[in-house]
Amino acid sequence: MNTLLQDDIILDCRADKIFYSDFLAVRDSHVPIRKNQITGFIGPSGCGKSTVLRSINRMNDLIRGFKFFGSIQFHTMDIYNKKVDPVAVRRNIGMVFQQPNPFAMSIYENVAFGLRLNRFKGDMDNQVEKALRGGALWDEVKDKLKKSGLSLSGGQQQRLCIARAIATEPQVLLMDEPCSALDPIATRQIEELMLKLKERFTVCIVTHNMQQAQRVADQTAFFSVDLSIGGRTGYLVEMAATKELFSNPQEQLTKEYLHGDFS
Amino acid sequence: MAAENREESILPHAETLAAPPTTVDKIFDKCFRTLTLVFTWATVLLLAFIVFRIGGQALPAIKEYGLGLLVSSDWDVNNNQFGIWPQIWGTLYSSLLALVLGGFFGITIAIFLTQDFLPHKLEIILKNIVELLAAIPSVVYGLWGIYVLIPILQPTADKLHSSFGWFPLFSTSFSGFGMFSAALVLSIMILPTIAAISQDALRAVPGKTKEAAFGMGTTRWEAILRVILPTASGGISGALVLGLGRALGETMALAMLVGNSATVSLSLFSPASTLAALLALNFPEADLNQTGVLMYAACTLLLITLVVNMLGTLIISTTTTKGGER
Repeated sequence: MNTLLQDDIILDCRADKIFYSDFLAVRDSHVPIRKNQITGFIGPSGCGKSTVLRSINRMNDLIRGFKFFGSIQFHTMDIYNKKVDPVAVRRNIGMVFQQPNPFAMSIYENVAFGLRLNRFKGDMDNQVEKALRGGALWDEVKDKLKKSGLSLSGGQQQRLCIARAIATEPQVLLMDEPCSALDPIATRQIEELMLKLKERFTVCIVTHNMQQAQRVADQTAFFSVDLSIGGRTGYLVEMAATKELFSNPQEQLTKEYLHGDFS
Repeated sequence: MAAENREESILPHAETLAAPPTTVDKIFDKCFRTLTLVFTWATVLLLAFIVFRIGGQALPAIKEYGLGLLVSSDWDVNNNQFGIWPQIWGTLYSSLLALVLGGFFGITIAIFLTQDFLPHKLEIILKNIVELLAAIPSVVYGLWGIYVLIPILQPTADKLHSSFGWFPLFSTSFSGFGMFSAALVLSIMILPTIAAISQDALRAVPGKTKEAAFGMGTTRWEAILRVILPTASGGISGALVLGLGRALGETMALAMLVGNSATVSLSLFSPASTLAALLALNFPEADLNQTGVLMYAACTLLLITLVVNMLGTLIISTTTTKGGER
């Protein structure tokens, strides 16, 4: 893959201000997301990293009082343009959540869900298998596709959720602390999976685990909390290639955080 | 007592504020447990006693008429000919009709009141109003049916019969008292049960499941129809079965509205009868032989409702363990 293509910015996220009712949750955060790379969002709790991630596929629109000022350029279009349907955005930008949340239906139906929703006309069985292989779950479940998705272990459930999200082949996959409910072995499996996924998808991941960011992310965005305006407002401190951010942080705050002075 | 002393002596007499439960505490605990056990078994025994006594009184009739009583339509007191097939039919038909109507509206109301269509305060107010329907006495429903509902239904029913008389459901003329009025009132009576339990089932759907649905790019209706309703389906089927159980046993309003005619007809407008209405209306002037027959009918009704209720409990318990977290 040539470097020029890798540097392609698929999503240009400029979160100037994000409000929940009167509360300013995030300010002045420009996060360019590069195609076929993994972008990690790190920072202390309450720094707005999840808020920014969830703004990218307009999940936050479901929260009463949510207001977004800025723009998120996806290809040639701003996804916060009034003409854009948030439902359509979510079909193009998939999401994996903190808690594994398969539907109370069979493993097969979980993966086929998005395909049926998007009126997929092709070979359903084939596409479900492809997604389950993509989610590194096929070998474990191929003999029990009719069993409930809830019968799987936590790590398997999370991989099922990844398979469900990638079945419709969205261009971007958002992951909101996908390993925080999992044990170390399951975490490792998901991390390995992410490295495979980036060949086909663009991945953004929120993590509270700095080692995880170092292991998987190509680019890392460090957010912090600004207490000066009176609230707890999150903002982007700095963003760089992961190696560079961890070895040579430009900001004093980043240095202190990576050093473990606060969390 | 000896065992207790030993137990205490094992604990080190260190300086601590923790103290073992006193003997009074233990006696109280034991009494409380015994008492709850007694009441629990008393309930079970009471049920067994009721079944036993009614069964006992029905026994002569069961011996004399056998299963033939269940499928016969004759009711001739003078010749000692009895059959309760029309009543069984009427009970099942009116209850199923009520279940279809009450189930549809009950579930619709439950969706409307739980899926953020309204501000939270308004949801609570409407929820309570729907539940108030359960507080209206059966006889008041009956009166309302006779003096309000039947006059309202008359013109529509007449039109349906004259235009669609060839259709089995509308094949007889509407006399007011009959299956249609009875089933409508019945559906209103079971609506609160269905709506309330369905609401609980829908509220129990985890937030993360809804989030997953919206994250996949569902519209609000797609999320409700494809994810939330299927997830809550266990609880909702339980609600339907409990509603059906209520409908099967309902007596007063039906006795007032159903027409009390031993007729077996698919037509909604035909008068009919139900087991509960038969019992209520015939006991006052029943002789010994007829009492046995009525007890037989009571057993039949009891059996039907017991089976339905047990089925409901079974559905609820199996689906809640299946859908729940592990």
